Amino acid sequence: MDIYADHAATTKMCDAALRAYADTAAKFYGNASSLHTAGQRAQEVLSDCRARIARLLGCDARELYFTSGGSESDNQAITSAAHAGAKKGKKKLISTAIEHHAVLHTLKKLEREGFEVVLLPVGEDGIVEVSDVEAAIDENTALVSVMFANNEIGTIQPVAEIGALCKKKGVLFHTDAVQAVGHIPVNIREIGCDYLALSAHKFSGPKGVGVLYARRGAPLSPLIEGGAQEHGKRAGTEDLPAIVAMTVALETSIADMDASEKVLKHLQDRLIAGLSKIEHCALNGDRVRRLPGNTSFCFEGIEGESLLLLLDEKGIEASSGSACTSGSLDPSHVLLAIGRVHDVAHGSLRLTLGPENTEEEVDYLIESVKEVVEYLRNMSPVWRDLKEGRRQYIL
Amino acid sequence: MSLYSEKVMDHFKHPRNVGVIEDADGVGEVGNAKCGDIMKMYIKVENGILTDVKFETFGCGSAIASSSMATEMIKGKPLSEALGLTNKAVAEALDGLPAYKMHCSVLAEQAVQAAILDYYKKNNIPYDEADFKCVLCAHEHDEHGGDDGE
Ligand SMILES: Cc1ncc(COP(=O)(O)O)c(C=O)c1O
Ligand SMILES: [Zn+2]
Repeated sequence: MDIYADHAATTKMCDAALRAYADTAAKFYGNASSLHTAGQRAQEVLSDCRARIARLLGCDARELYFTSGGSESDNQAITSAAHAGAKKGKKKLISTAIEHHAVLHTLKKLEREGFEVVLLPVGEDGIVEVSDVEAAIDENTALVSVMFANNEIGTIQPVAEIGALCKKKGVLFHTDAVQAVGHIPVNIREIGCDYLALSAHKFSGPKGVGVLYARRGAPLSPLIEGGAQEHGKRAGTEDLPAIVAMTVALETSIADMDASEKVLKHLQDRLIAGLSKIEHCALNGDRVRRLPGNTSFCFEGIEGESLLLLLDEKGIEASSGSACTSGSLDPSHVLLAIGRVHDVAHGSLRLTLGPENTEEEVDYLIESVKEVVEYLRNMSPVWRDLKEGRRQYIL
Repeated sequence: MSLYSEKVMDHFKHPRNVGVIEDADGVGEVGNAKCGDIMKMYIKVENGILTDVKFETFGCGSAIASSSMATEMIKGKPLSEALGLTNKAVAEALDGLPAYKMHCSVLAEQAVQAAILDYYKKNNIPYDEADFKCVLCAHEHDEHGGDDGE
C-alpha cells in the first residue's frame, strides 16, 4: 500500500488545477504588464483571479498581492508592519512560541535590528490565551502575529477574538493562515486582521505561489524591488499559470470543504482512537480545536526519524518533529512549547490526511505504526529502562 | 529515501547484534534522551578478545546503523584494536553519512570505549586515559545545523 499522509507538508495538485495550469500556460503567455493584446489578455485573467480569490476570502481585490508563497507573505507583512511601527517609535512585536519559522525567523531578524520580540507561550492544548495577548499589548506595540492553525499539531487559534482585541487596541494584526485556508472556513472580515498569508500548495494548488492580504491602508513595503507589478508592492512578472491554478484549487477546496471535513473528521476519529491504544503515547494538541486532517502523537521510548524511515518502507509517508529529522539538535519548538520534554518530543509522529485517504488506509496506518513502534521499543535502551523501572514513564 | 546510503539503510533495517548480554563483562551507555540518541553497548571479553558484542539504541537511522556497523567492526577483535575504532571509520564503512549526522556515529565510537572502560574498571585492569578521551571528557563533536523547510 502507498499512503501519502503528509498533507501539511504539501499536497498533490488537483486535476482541475493541473488542467488550469497547462491551459493558462498555453493560452495566456503574454506578460500582464505589456500593452499589446497578449499582455492585456493576461492582465484580464490576472484581475479575474484576484477578484475570485477576494470573494472567497471576504475582502477587496485591491487588498490582495500575489507572492511566491507563505514564507514571502509572512516576511513581507511582518517586516512592513514592524518598520512602519518603528517610524512612530513602536518597536514591540508580539507573537507566539508555536509559529512557523517563516514568522519566527523574520522576528529574530527584526530583533537583531533592535525590535523587542515577545513570544507568548501556549497551553498544553497548543492554544494561545487571548488574555495573554491582551496583557502583552502596550503603547509600544507595532504588531501582533498569531497563526490561524498550527502546521505541526493542527491546533486552531482564537484569531477572531485576537483580531477584535487588536482592533480595539489600535494594533496591527497579522495571521499566518497557510494551514487553514482551503481546509476550514476563513473569512477576513470576520477575523478583522490587517494581514493574512496563504500558500497554494497546501490546498492542492501549485508550489511557489501564494497570496498576501494587506488591508487597505495597512502599511506595506516591497521586499522585492523592480517593476510596478502588484500595485508596486511586489516586483516580478506574475506567474499567471500558477495564479490561475491556485484560484481554481481554492475554489474547489472551498466548494468541497463541508464534505471533506466530514470525511476527514471521521478518519481522524478512527486514527486517534486506534493510535491511542498503543501504550505510553499521547495526542499532541487539543482534541477538538484542531484541523480535521491533523493527527500528531508522541510515543515514549523511541525516536521519530527511525519511525519515519520504517513507515516509509511500508509505503507510508509521514513526518516527525524529532531533532534528527529537522536537522537541528532540538526537537520541534512546537512540541517543546506544549510541554513535551525532549525525551518524549523526539518520538513524535505527524500524520496529516487528505480527503482522498480511506478508512482502509487508516487501519493500515494504525497497524503499521503499532508494529514499528513496538519494533523500535524492543531495541531501545530507554524503553528497557522504563519497563524495568529505572526510569519513570512520562506519558 | 535517499538521505542515506544503501549500506546505512541495510544496517538500519537489518541491524546486526541487537540485544542484551545478560552476563556482560562490560556495559557502556552514551548519549542522552535530550539530544535524541542513546546507545548502550554490551561486551563479552575472553583473553583480551571481544568474543561477543550487542547493542541497544534509541535514535535515528544513522544512530542505529552506526551502532550496528560498530559492533560488526569490533566483534572478534582484540580490545586494543577495538579501542582504535573511530567514528570516521564507522561512517566510512557505511559509505558515508550526511554531514549533520556525523555526531550520531561519534556515539558509536563512544559506546565502544565506554563498554571497554567499564570492563577495565570492573576487573581492576590499569588503563591509559588517553585511550578513552572520547568518553572521559564527554566533549561535543560535530553538531547539527540548519532548519526544517516546511
Ligand atoms: C504555517 C505555515 N506558514 C508558512 C509556511 C510556508 O509556506 P511556503 O512553503 O508556501 O513558503 C508553511 C508551510 O510551508 C506553513 O505550514
Ligand atoms: Zn541522530
